[in-house]
Amino acid sequence: MIRRHLPFATVAVIALVAAPLLLEPFRLGLLAKYLCYAIVALGIGLAWGKGGMLTLGQGVFFGLGGYSMAMYLKLTEAGGAGGGLPDFMVWSGVESLPALWVPFGNPVFALGMAVLGPMAIALILGTLVFRQRVRGAYFAILTQALAAAMVILLVGQQGLTGGTNGMTNFFELFGQDLAEDSTQRGLYLVVASVLGLLYLATRQLVNSRYGRLLVAVRDGEDRVRFLGYDPALVKTVTFAISAGMAGLAGALFVPVVGIISPALLGVVPSLELVVAVAVGGRHALAGAVLGAVVMGYAKTAFSEQFADGWLYLQGALFILVMTLAPKGIAGISRSIAGRLRHARAT
Amino acid sequence: MLELRDVQVIFDGFRALDGVDLTVPEGELRFLIGPNGAGKTTLIDVITGLTRPAAGSVRFGGADLVGRKEHEIVRMGVGRTFQTSVVFEALTVIENLDLAATFRKPLWSLTRRRDGVSEAVEEALARTGLEELAERSAGVLSHGQRQWLEIGMLLAQRPKLLLLDEPVAGMSKDERERTGELLTEIADDHTVIVVEHDMDFLRRHASVVTVLHEGKVLVEGSVDEVSADPRVQEVYLGRRAGDAVGNRP
Repeated sequence: MIRRHLPFATVAVIALVAAPLLLEPFRLGLLAKYLCYAIVALGIGLAWGKGGMLTLGQGVFFGLGGYSMAMYLKLTEAGGAGGGLPDFMVWSGVESLPALWVPFGNPVFALGMAVLGPMAIALILGTLVFRQRVRGAYFAILTQALAAAMVILLVGQQGLTGGTNGMTNFFELFGQDLAEDSTQRGLYLVVASVLGLLYLATRQLVNSRYGRLLVAVRDGEDRVRFLGYDPALVKTVTFAISAGMAGLAGALFVPVVGIISPALLGVVPSLELVVAVAVGGRHALAGAVLGAVVMGYAKTAFSEQFADGWLYLQGALFILVMTLAPKGIAGISRSIAGRLRHARAT
Repeated sequence: MLELRDVQVIFDGFRALDGVDLTVPEGELRFLIGPNGAGKTTLIDVITGLTRPAAGSVRFGGADLVGRKEHEIVRMGVGRTFQTSVVFEALTVIENLDLAATFRKPLWSLTRRRDGVSEAVEEALARTGLEELAERSAGVLSHGQRQWLEIGMLLAQRPKLLLLDEPVAGMSKDERERTGELLTEIADDHTVIVVEHDMDFLRRHASVVTVLHEGKVLVEGSVDEVSADPRVQEVYLGRRAGDAVGNRP
């Protein structure tokens, strides 16, 4: 029992105690950002690694969560729903608050929408798509098209969404000054805790009968149908869970990073996260989380040295992992652990 | 129990089934034979909802099966296996069986961990003789063991009607013998339809046989009646009428 939980407990202590003490605020902020991505990655690990649904459009759900949160932050800054207009609306010549925006003045509604909005869209999309037995590459392309469409929609609605620039200049969250180190440290702790709890919940799900069913759907959808289950339902529910995680990650991302814009949720960021999950190891949930953090760090570290080199390195890493270690970092470490155990036994 | 009336299936103008009538009473072990392309598998596909018939009716226990989804038909108590066995290699033998056994539970109740081994799984393990392999990954099973696991998964679902598509194909002699016994055992308390090519196997284990030919039912009767029928000899063995069905290797 203790052995089983030891790795998780160790990581939790490092993340919740050591990191806030040792890292300077700037680095801690970066880590918080990577952990937001890790929450999305966890959802991808569930949907793709366990359920076989290669989703190339998680940025859409991440964005919906992020925009929900950003709308709330903008409204509080502008003096509540009844008060003034957010800055970018003024610049775009919008004169009164659009009806769509009004309910987002309520934090509960905004946070609820950040999670339930993406889940609802995933449920509708999943029902339509999986019932028609669209799968594999077709599903992947469809989700990617969704990400592209989302960007076009956001950019086109300048007055409603801030267009290409998105939304930025957030100053406070629930009365806390976002520029303060203590607020940012608090936010980091919230993000890390949310990730930890979601990881535990997802692991529980994967180890349950439902998780076995999900793997069975991945490996033999038609056979599952003849076991009396509806694979479309299993996939839709799983897809919705992963969308909800991405949405929540987006909502956390906005106060941590201080901006949300179409560039953060289009095709490229969606793909980058899938690459990160592949590098970390999609068959293990921990691999997905690790992949997001490692690739996030690598991107920052590498870009600090060579501004343009990162894209090439990322591509090369992806190809290397796919050809040499399809199970990613998690697979490599597992086989090393297995060999060590074997060596000790003989 | 199972009643097919005038079932027609047309694939791109080709009549795979051309007016099939078939009645299988409860508790019967029925064998379905016929040359390649006779429509045996298509018939199973129609019963289980994989193929929709162009005309005709399929009634099971009084309910019409045509137009229902595959998983709904399974929930009504009709289980099937496939020619090429599909078991879930990433799961253990017991997990495969458990997955089959829990299909009636609502989805949310599956979010709990499996707690021990259910009665249905225990029974399926014992019947198929896979107890010792219970915790092994299904990926390591031999071909014969996979077929048994699939039959076990079917049993764990406690269906009323089992449809087995060539369960002994590719099996060794011992494995065939073992499977034959298993089928006879299962037929004690289930209705079973077996599609089989293997004449030797048929002679040893079949009681009632239906012969399909070019999408139609040619003959129906006991093994002896069927093998003595000149029409069966003709379609099944080419024109070598002297070579009785029973003598085929």
